[in-house]
Amino acid sequence: MKQVRPFTIVNGTLVLPDGLKDAALRCADGLIGTGEAHDGDEVIDARGKLVTPGIVDLGVFAIDKPAFHFGGITRAALMPDLSPPLDYPARVRFMATSGKPDLWVHPLAAATQGLDGAHLAEIAMMREAGALAIATGRRWIADSGVMLRLLQYAAMLDMVVVTHAEDGGIAGKAAATAGEIATRLGLPSAPKEAEALALARDIALAEMSGARVHARQVTTRAGCELVRTAKARGVNITAGVTPAHFMLSDIAMGDYRTFTRLSPPLREEDDRHAVIEAIADGTIDVIASGHDPRGPEDKNLPFADAAPGMAGAETLLAMTLTLVRDGVIDMVRAFDLLARNPARLLGVTAGSLEDGLEADIALLDPEAPWIVDSREMAAAAGNTPFDRQPVQGRVTALWKGGVRIDT
Amino acid sequence: MTSPKNASSGSRFPKGGRAFPHRDLIGISSLERHEILYLLAEAEQYVAFNRQPAKHSEQLAGLTIINAFFENSTRTLLSFEIAGKRLGADVVNMYAAQSSVKKGETLIDTAVTLNAMRADAIVIRHASSGAVGLIASKVDCPVLNAGDGQHEHPTQALLDALALRHKLRERGEDAEDFTGMTVTICGDILHSRVARSNILCLQALGATVRLCAPPALMPAGIERMGAQPFHDFDAALDGSDVVMMLRLQNERMDGQFIPSPREYRYLYGLTPERLALARVDAIVMHPGPMNRGVEIDSTVADMDGRSIITSQVEMGVAIRMACLDVLTRKARAVPGWGEGEWV
Repeated sequence: MKQVRPFTIVNGTLVLPDGLKDAALRCADGLIGTGEAHDGDEVIDARGKLVTPGIVDLGVFAIDKPAFHFGGITRAALMPDLSPPLDYPARVRFMATSGKPDLWVHPLAAATQGLDGAHLAEIAMMREAGALAIATGRRWIADSGVMLRLLQYAAMLDMVVVTHAEDGGIAGKAAATAGEIATRLGLPSAPKEAEALALARDIALAEMSGARVHARQVTTRAGCELVRTAKARGVNITAGVTPAHFMLSDIAMGDYRTFTRLSPPLREEDDRHAVIEAIADGTIDVIASGHDPRGPEDKNLPFADAAPGMAGAETLLAMTLTLVRDGVIDMVRAFDLLARNPARLLGVTAGSLEDGLEADIALLDPEAPWIVDSREMAAAAGNTPFDRQPVQGRVTALWKGGVRIDT
Repeated sequence: MTSPKNASSGSRFPKGGRAFPHRDLIGISSLERHEILYLLAEAEQYVAFNRQPAKHSEQLAGLTIINAFFENSTRTLLSFEIAGKRLGADVVNMYAAQSSVKKGETLIDTAVTLNAMRADAIVIRHASSGAVGLIASKVDCPVLNAGDGQHEHPTQALLDALALRHKLRERGEDAEDFTGMTVTICGDILHSRVARSNILCLQALGATVRLCAPPALMPAGIERMGAQPFHDFDAALDGSDVVMMLRLQNERMDGQFIPSPREYRYLYGLTPERLALARVDAIVMHPGPMNRGVEIDSTVADMDGRSIITSQVEMGVAIRMACLDVLTRKARAVPGWGEGEWV
């Protein structure tokens, strides 16, 4: 859908890369422009609310438009872990257009055929079909030789490789992080060092190959520290996290609530604090939803038997705003984490309210209170670990390429 | 023949249903010390009752008890079945291998089905931690945990406590609890729900608990449950009043945890020589099934005056009778057990 009539948002506060600014924002031909409203523009009164970029959600497991739109997400980078996986150009091409007309879907190419971790997939052809980046999927690639060749190939194609930083040999069938909580609950668990081991290897391989690596979720103190020092050395590594790992620790699994069954599993309280520090100091570049709606067939089970994953799209923004409210980050940085940085990683001309970029825009009331309710989610399933939590911040209007989306 | 009487364990406990204000028995973790002692006290009458030639009462007559075992069991299932039958209940056993679970039915559907059949109590064993609590949240009758994954096995811990207390009293010690005693639990702690329930139960009753296992079989953070971890069995035995041996749960192991049974015995087998490192009169326990010649030598397992392994089995029936009795009192409208809230 193309934008027909230019519009100008007035009386809003723009969240720009260099700060907040009370100004008008004009959009025409699907792009962000400059200057004041022209004659004939539709004029939209923001009533003092924030005007922000649409969120670019780097790493979701399902296309769930109602949830994305509720959460202010205009672009979703789709993980290849579908059935069958996104390891074939035609499937990538199909998914790349599946969001039309009101959502950008950016498929992530499966790094290996069938996500088997052994045989490289046709990445260049998938790029041609619309894949903007590569992902190893829910698991890491155990074979370091395969991983090195993958990264060399990705470096040649200049595509980011989105990795899952968990050593599979250590993680095994773990449903929890080894520690007091897992021991009391009798859950199969693995030491959190599984993350640092995987990260250390992938950082070394990134240095060797010159590839750009994005660790989709960095959830432990040791993992954050590895990324921090690697970045200081100039390694091409970026890191992401979902709100679960800065909002919750393994205490939340106390009553075997399977909505807290995640991959990687919730960590200890000290790691949660480390993640917040890493968000504050710029070690973590991206906050994503990891959106993975799972119904009762997958979740109404004993904890370890339940599928991991959370429906995170609706709560992504509100949870990130808690960091702003707590003074960890400011509003500008919040949208760096939610939109600008992931857009850069994917190489899309969006994610920021800059002249000439795609007019993916949200109106945000950052104070609007609401209560997360797993029974009344827009998402395909209500598996939120934040059930019953009072939060603040709601998107009141959303545009994709200058076209208003019903939210 | 004397019949066991109801709800009359003296004045040491709160009156009526307040003595045990729980609908279910999911784990020791949710019990107070006095509630544990109450179940032990209630079980005493059944120990005596079971030693009579004619051991049948009609206390639970008309009630239906379903033993739903989603995981193999011989002794626990038999023990619960005997307990229910001796109390006069209609006892039905459901084995996972023969059930619709194999046909793809979900656990919740199975629970709802059992509930619809109007069971008056359901005894459940399941391979996943938390599964029994999950079922309990979906049914209307009392649920007894007969072992859920690596989480808890509360009746085992209770019967162990009862057997241990009997042994102490037999020796002339007027033991109410285990204050001042040191109990060493050795074996596959990581995969053991028996260990977890026993850590909680023994500590609630005043004992110091030592745990002994190779690092791969010792769960992380166990010291935060108040137990003292050891890797050296000889060191753990020094000064122990009780040695509780656990078998290797090979069926739960994801990968190789020990090099060989022979090597395991070399480091952790309870031989007569090793037992000599504990207190002179140290008591030997094992929840069974035993792997003789691996974690425990036959001479130790059968050692007269020291091993109470068969007594543990005997106490198991009494404990389970007490649990079934106590948990069905509300449904049976036993005076004093009708009012009040379950917790």
